[in-house]
Amino acid sequence: MQLVLEKRAERSNTIALISPLIAIGLTIVTMVILFAILGKNPLLALDAYFIAPLTDGYSLQEIAVKATPLVMIAIGLSLCYLANAWNIGAEGQFLIGAVAGSWIAVKTQGTDAGAWVLPAMLLLAAAAGALYALIPAICKVRFGASEILTSLMLVYVADLFLDYLVRGPWRDPHGFNFPTTAEFDPVATVPLLIDGGRLHLGSIIALLVVAAAAILLGRTIKGFEIRMVGAAPRAARFGGFNANQLVILTFAVSGALAGLAGIIEVAGPVGHLQPGISPGYGFTAIIVAFLGRLNPIGILIAGLFLALTFIGGEQAQIAMKIPLDVTKVFQGILLFYVLACDSLILYRFRLVFPNRQVARGTG
Amino acid sequence: MELVEAIILSVLAASTPLLIAATGELVTERSGVLNLGVEGMMIMGAACGFAGAWLTGSILIGALCGIAAGTLMSLVFALMALGLAVNQVATGLALTILGIGLSGLIGAGFVGERITPAAHLYIPGLTDIPLIGHVPFGEDAFVYLSLALIVGVWWFLYRTRPGLILRACGDNHVSAHALGYPVLRIRTLAAMFGGACAGLAGAYLPLAYTPFFIPGMTAGRGWIALALVVFSSWRPGRLVVGAYLFGAVTILQLHAQGWGVGIPSQFMSALPYLATVIVLVLLSRARTGGSTAPAALGTVFVPDR
Amino acid sequence: MRLDHISFELKGGEILGIAGVAGNGQDEMFAALSGERLSKDPGTVVIEGIAAGHLSITGRRKLGAAFVPEERLGHGTAPRMKLSENALLTGHAASGMVRHGFIDTAATLETVDKATETFDVRKAKRDPEAASLSGGNLQKFIVGREILRNPAVLVVNQPTWGVDAGAAAVIRQALLDLAAAGAAVLVTSQDLDELVEITDRIAVMFHGRLSVPLPTREATREKLGLLMGGSSLEPKEAAHAAGA
Repeated sequence: MQLVLEKRAERSNTIALISPLIAIGLTIVTMVILFAILGKNPLLALDAYFIAPLTDGYSLQEIAVKATPLVMIAIGLSLCYLANAWNIGAEGQFLIGAVAGSWIAVKTQGTDAGAWVLPAMLLLAAAAGALYALIPAICKVRFGASEILTSLMLVYVADLFLDYLVRGPWRDPHGFNFPTTAEFDPVATVPLLIDGGRLHLGSIIALLVVAAAAILLGRTIKGFEIRMVGAAPRAARFGGFNANQLVILTFAVSGALAGLAGIIEVAGPVGHLQPGISPGYGFTAIIVAFLGRLNPIGILIAGLFLALTFIGGEQAQIAMKIPLDVTKVFQGILLFYVLACDSLILYRFRLVFPNRQVARGTG
Repeated sequence: MELVEAIILSVLAASTPLLIAATGELVTERSGVLNLGVEGMMIMGAACGFAGAWLTGSILIGALCGIAAGTLMSLVFALMALGLAVNQVATGLALTILGIGLSGLIGAGFVGERITPAAHLYIPGLTDIPLIGHVPFGEDAFVYLSLALIVGVWWFLYRTRPGLILRACGDNHVSAHALGYPVLRIRTLAAMFGGACAGLAGAYLPLAYTPFFIPGMTAGRGWIALALVVFSSWRPGRLVVGAYLFGAVTILQLHAQGWGVGIPSQFMSALPYLATVIVLVLLSRARTGGSTAPAALGTVFVPDR
Repeated sequence: MRLDHISFELKGGEILGIAGVAGNGQDEMFAALSGERLSKDPGTVVIEGIAAGHLSITGRRKLGAAFVPEERLGHGTAPRMKLSENALLTGHAASGMVRHGFIDTAATLETVDKATETFDVRKAKRDPEAASLSGGNLQKFIVGREILRNPAVLVVNQPTWGVDAGAAAVIRQALLDLAAAGAAVLVTSQDLDELVEITDRIAVMFHGRLSVPLPTREATREKLGLLMGGSSLEPKEAAHAAGA
């Protein structure tokens, strides 16, 4: 007797709907075991992770703030992944966007530059992110170099470049030698939505991005091309769609969104440029994209959920001394379960008895 | 002249983890499996290897713990990518994300601790020969092991029947299956070998390279190992060249920083990563005639029944 | 397989058959005709009097050409996409399914309904995934999808390969009707009976070369068999032209 995988005739829509929920359920079960191993009360830990952050206004705002970059980056990544283009360097594009936008903020610091500063920062960040993402895309299309490896290598380069800037030319002279720029001027800061709160304009931009992506993928021929090139490359060529062009396009868009997320993070919640502005948003966004099933609305929900784990993880660390790495473990396990459950949309398990296998033959 | 010897020694040390990890991944990819989780398996090998060595005081047990950790990680990968036919790229990424988190958790208790690093070979007389003594006769066991490993892999792939079958799986899983070879089992074993090597390569870092563990200490070496496999055109001989060239770039930029060349240190540190990008581009460009990659690399295989 | 000195002309209202054992250049010729493989010389393919050798498959469709490849799943259709989306796959260029970059979902569904009705496509629901259809029904949909675009030229590779007899009859009749309505049809097939049944002329492909077409009336099995074995081929000198 043997358990084998078998293709379904048609994708299972039921499983497509419930599979993220099954994945989250399985992850929570695994986490309970992990908490128990760590010697923490699992129920209290789950409460700290998933319930407590939802019960006060500050945490709720904080979740939206954390979800903002995750959702924006993941939307861009989902376009790439749908088109079978593997951009895994969003973290680098995020950092380069932050650097490029910050350049305007640093150069206009203390001048009487007007309201144009922030829009210019956002635009420049998006453009820089897009250009940075175009490096692996062009290397892929022109030379056939693996975009996975090149986009990832550029993350390290971006990280070092940012490090150089804030320790060198852009360091705040009054900053007690800390590697950071001075606090940005108010005109170079993303405005808050609620006075004294945490929620800022970036969250609105993220929602607009979700809506735009939903329209692009669901209603336009470009979105159809993106989906087709990934789903059936040969059929896409037969349809007259140019896969290389779509690699360029999806990388550029995802780079722009990551860059935009980068400057929004720096000019918003952080307020200045410094190393460590991202707790791995560019990588967590990969999980968000898959958990959201590469669907814009799904990504919005998944982004909020992953943001919850960030906030919950911080609270669990403070309240129960649970290490922050548990959050990363949680996210990694979640991605595994999501991918595994997704497999059941296209395949199903069957028990096979080897002695009867012969009689069935092939066909 | 002593400086030259020191540089060669440090190049060997910097290249060894790359060579070991890339050797494992080469075998994995030759069977048709693309495991992008090398970085995750390596960092797990580093954490578990250090933990094992620190707890027992034995470098050997530490290395075995690293191997075990890498193998376990690769089993998770095999279960997903081969058992459940999940996209291999996504699974590899997941493995890396999980490995980074899990290693942080495991290694947290060991940060700040030190061990006595792996001993170097010492043959009185031979090792003492100036200039040429240390390089062949004064290394740690990992260096010799890495070379034995790549020779063994070359022999296995090109001189044995199982090696031929493994390559057949990587080039055309449908015909390998039709010939009656258990494609998924062979691929699982190949992936496990890759995991074991990545774990060992990771363990090398805290056991021999730097005698302590810090989270994220692999610093992209797993990804560079993946690039090296591409660089080598999936051939063991060229892998050795690539790994040592790469180690040389890493070490030379470190020395250049030390000599106070007027370039910011961050730019020098970025060199190995930029070099990887440039090498990938140049190689892919030179190969426009056709890819040398195993034809079935990274593709899903669900046998018909 | 290299294509070598292939040259033929196809008139409206005519069905030309290409016989031959698979692997003698049929797939390459399909790619060259469809534009999946482009030529630098525009004159290599002429559609309705317009040089199209340099045009993409979309450009050729706009000139009135339509194509049905041999492989139904993965080439002719995306297996895991709905029929309406697969209608859009080849219809996006020229049939009012796209306006200002936006997809007219109603129009794509209408194509599915029309193909279903006209060509008797049997399926479990209105708009299922391509992979869920049987081979015959999917082939009827694919051929129907192209014929509904009223092409001036239709290039079909293996129209009834692996298809049940009922569906094969529907498809052959559809090709005859299309030619009767004035279109030029090129059918590549390994099924000699099929070619004899529906074509006006038959040529044979062997080793990347194409024989001089024979009128189907004169094409006995013996003659075709000899040509398929590679004997008495007369190479053509010019390398251009397929026109309707």
